[in-house]
Amino acid sequence: MIVAERKPFDEIRSMVAGYKKVLTVGCGTCVAVCLAGGSKEVETLNAELNLAFKKDGIEFGAETLERQCDMEFLAELDTRVDEYDALLSMACGAGIQFLAERFSHKPVLPAVNTSFIGVNLDVGWYEEKCRACGQCVLGMTGGVCPVTMCAKSLFNGPCGGTNKTSCEIHTDQPCAWFKIYERLAAQGRLDQIIEISPANDWSNQKPRTLIQPGYEERVKAMR
Amino acid sequence: MKSGSRLERVLKAGHFAFTGEVGPPRGANVEHLREKISHLKGMVDMANITDNQTAMVRMSSWAASLICLQEGLEPNYQMVCRDRNRLAMQADILGAYTHGIRNMLCLSGDHQMFGDHPQSKGVFDLDSMQLIMMVKKMRDEGKFLGGADIDVKPELFIGAAANPFAEPFEWRVHRLAKKVAAGADFVQTQCIYNMPKMREWVRQANEMGLTEKVYILAGVTPMKSIGMAKYMQNKVPGMDVPDDIIKRLQGVDKKKVADEGIKIACEQIEEFKEMKGVAGVHLMAIEWEHKVPEIAERAKVLPRPEV
Repeated sequence: MIVAERKPFDEIRSMVAGYKKVLTVGCGTCVAVCLAGGSKEVETLNAELNLAFKKDGIEFGAETLERQCDMEFLAELDTRVDEYDALLSMACGAGIQFLAERFSHKPVLPAVNTSFIGVNLDVGWYEEKCRACGQCVLGMTGGVCPVTMCAKSLFNGPCGGTNKTSCEIHTDQPCAWFKIYERLAAQGRLDQIIEISPANDWSNQKPRTLIQPGYEERVKAMR
Repeated sequence: MKSGSRLERVLKAGHFAFTGEVGPPRGANVEHLREKISHLKGMVDMANITDNQTAMVRMSSWAASLICLQEGLEPNYQMVCRDRNRLAMQADILGAYTHGIRNMLCLSGDHQMFGDHPQSKGVFDLDSMQLIMMVKKMRDEGKFLGGADIDVKPELFIGAAANPFAEPFEWRVHRLAKKVAAGADFVQTQCIYNMPKMREWVRQANEMGLTEKVYILAGVTPMKSIGMAKYMQNKVPGMDVPDDIIKRLQGVDKKKVADEGIKIACEQIEEFKEMKGVAGVHLMAIEWEHKVPEIAERAKVLPRPEV
């Protein structure tokens, strides 16, 4: 899932100051799971905002959509947004942008910082696992991502900074290439990394789109 | 000859190489740089010119390498993957070669969080292995990484770094093999204090036939103080400082600790001279350049051969 964290309250407060009526828009998917921007978090944020802006008389509305990264769900707001002079989105960066695109005449403000694609280690504890590089090498690296888990994103590690199984950047951070070695050695698959990995194709450096074969067929059929 | 550099000629002639290191200044203090270089001139076969080492901004490696050349000391131009992408790397390689640089050391680079710009974006477009491959491709095939032809090829002697100690130890010699396969002509190791582990690593490299394909220069850094030894033992990632080194330094009179550090370094150098598979020593006298003549003298590596 996409993991996000709510922005510091003071930052949100300074963004909304000056508006009269603000709609806080939550998202029911990833950010709800990681406790950053679901309906509960919308409620909490609005309670704090109401308290902070009591004297100023700013009004805060609340709405949580199933997904902000889907126009179908954004359409649910079509009849409501004009009551407000700003939208405060608690979705990930993708959702915020799609909301801003749908209601391009309204200021859309982010209430969360989108952090990473990660996994749930425990309630409230998440770990980054994927940088969405677009060139997955997990088959070669024993299911440990060198792009994400190695602080230098090395393809031929470990570097000289590997530190007794941890990374040079911090003793709590495991060395990705130590883990890769360990796992492949246990599986008898070290041959996977004995060859040199050539220079990577960093195709994630430009905005990407993805079209599934099914989509193309559907569009063809419609023509 | 791949490059005709002095280092390559020394090694090819079968001499025991002795190389040094100079860190460029944190500013445009060229006089200080020239002074550092002067201590090494005639004492070493060439000097590594570090590239923003420990991720601290310094005078660029290629610029300081040119000063080194002007002063009559052969530079080993270091390049890290942290600060530039493959376009900048190839451009700098061509520029450095054009100005007479003939040795180059390909490194990943310390992570940017350790330096004075921890907010910077680490580039790491290539890793050190891929950088070695790219320089080799430029030199031997006369092609850029992207495949286009280079009109005049940069004929460089390609260096790489190796850490013989870090975990997983069993993998270390295989990683050396990868660097050799990528195109490294010479390898400089991390500072060595754990001699048994070094002997074992070199033995494995000999057994795999790697030492016939690459010149290994053993990294030596004399300990200046007990504090430095403890710091190296506890704080520097990938470093292996056995307790007996610290005990030995603690066993001498306070005023004699630095001298004992040099003594240990000289004993190591004596052993490396005899060690099959080791082609030389890389002396990293960190901020101790003025001591290099004394160390070279005591290590009996003078005079440097005429080649």
